[in-house]
Amino acid sequence: MGIVIKSEKEISKMREAGNIVAKVLKILSEQIKPGMKTKELDIIAEREMKRLGAESSFHGYHGFPANLCVSVNDEIVHGIPGDKALKDSDIVSLDFGVVYNGYHGDAAVTVGVGEISQEAKRLIDTTRACLEKGIAAARAGAKLGDVSAAIQKYAESKGYSVVREYTGHGIGREMHEDPQIPNCTEPPYGLQPGTGPVLKKGMAIALEPMLNVGDWHTRVADDHWTVLTADGSLSAHFEHTIAIDDNKPEVLTKVIHG
Amino acid sequence: MAKKEAIEVEGTVVEALPNAMFRVELPNGHEVLAHISGKIRMHYIRVLPGDKVLIELSPYDLKRGRITYRLK
Repeated sequence: MGIVIKSEKEISKMREAGNIVAKVLKILSEQIKPGMKTKELDIIAEREMKRLGAESSFHGYHGFPANLCVSVNDEIVHGIPGDKALKDSDIVSLDFGVVYNGYHGDAAVTVGVGEISQEAKRLIDTTRACLEKGIAAARAGAKLGDVSAAIQKYAESKGYSVVREYTGHGIGREMHEDPQIPNCTEPPYGLQPGTGPVLKKGMAIALEPMLNVGDWHTRVADDHWTVLTADGSLSAHFEHTIAIDDNKPEVLTKVIHG
Repeated sequence: MAKKEAIEVEGTVVEALPNAMFRVELPNGHEVLAHISGKIRMHYIRVLPGDKVLIELSPYDLKRGRITYRLK
């Protein structure tokens, strides 16, 4: 389909959608606690999203049955909220997207439940920093492969692996638009630095590094949705929707006060 | 929500079928049924048997794909 360049007006609509996503994720991160069922998080997300006048991007997407992806410990992404109760020391990826005035916003955070181990905390901090590295590399004029390389290089310098088979994506009127944004550089999955499309002002992309403590290989659970690490190791995931601007990119999925 | 990676491979067009569908042979000998992307159709790029093309395989059905580029 090609990469869609958005006008200022479209970016401002995406900023509103992104702000809703950020607000809901902030509420979820504050309310998460041991003993809570993962579907309770989905109920809160749905309530807050409706209160803010938005609709879910995920519900019904290829048949996905919920508003929120909740992925616990060795689950990487696309976990379906259900009756599973969260325990002290779990780490949970909350991935959420809405459509508001025709435009999508998509973001994810990984949070700890109760007290978490030093190892889990280091994984979460590194994954968050990896996303920051990717955003910093996404300047107008850079090639998409530069973003992939920045993410992978930082993750591997800290001893983690990046998931290959799932990628970030362009976003706008559709949740998934071109281009796909790999988190690694090796073919056939990745893009070498200096290759791929040139980033231009007005492109909107969702970057989402997924880092594993162990190996990068994945498997899909019997529910056909939940993606887990093949070796059972811990995994963390952060995502922001950003807009490429003249200089530094703008993060669209952050909380705007007022 | 993360996107499932679509895998890009090179192939050779074996046969042009009706409805802008093509049979494409991959380097590993497998054959896939591929349609052409909107961009190729829009710019009226002719794809003929023998052409080397880049195709995007669907992760959901590896027997089908989309021709995204004609290599020259």
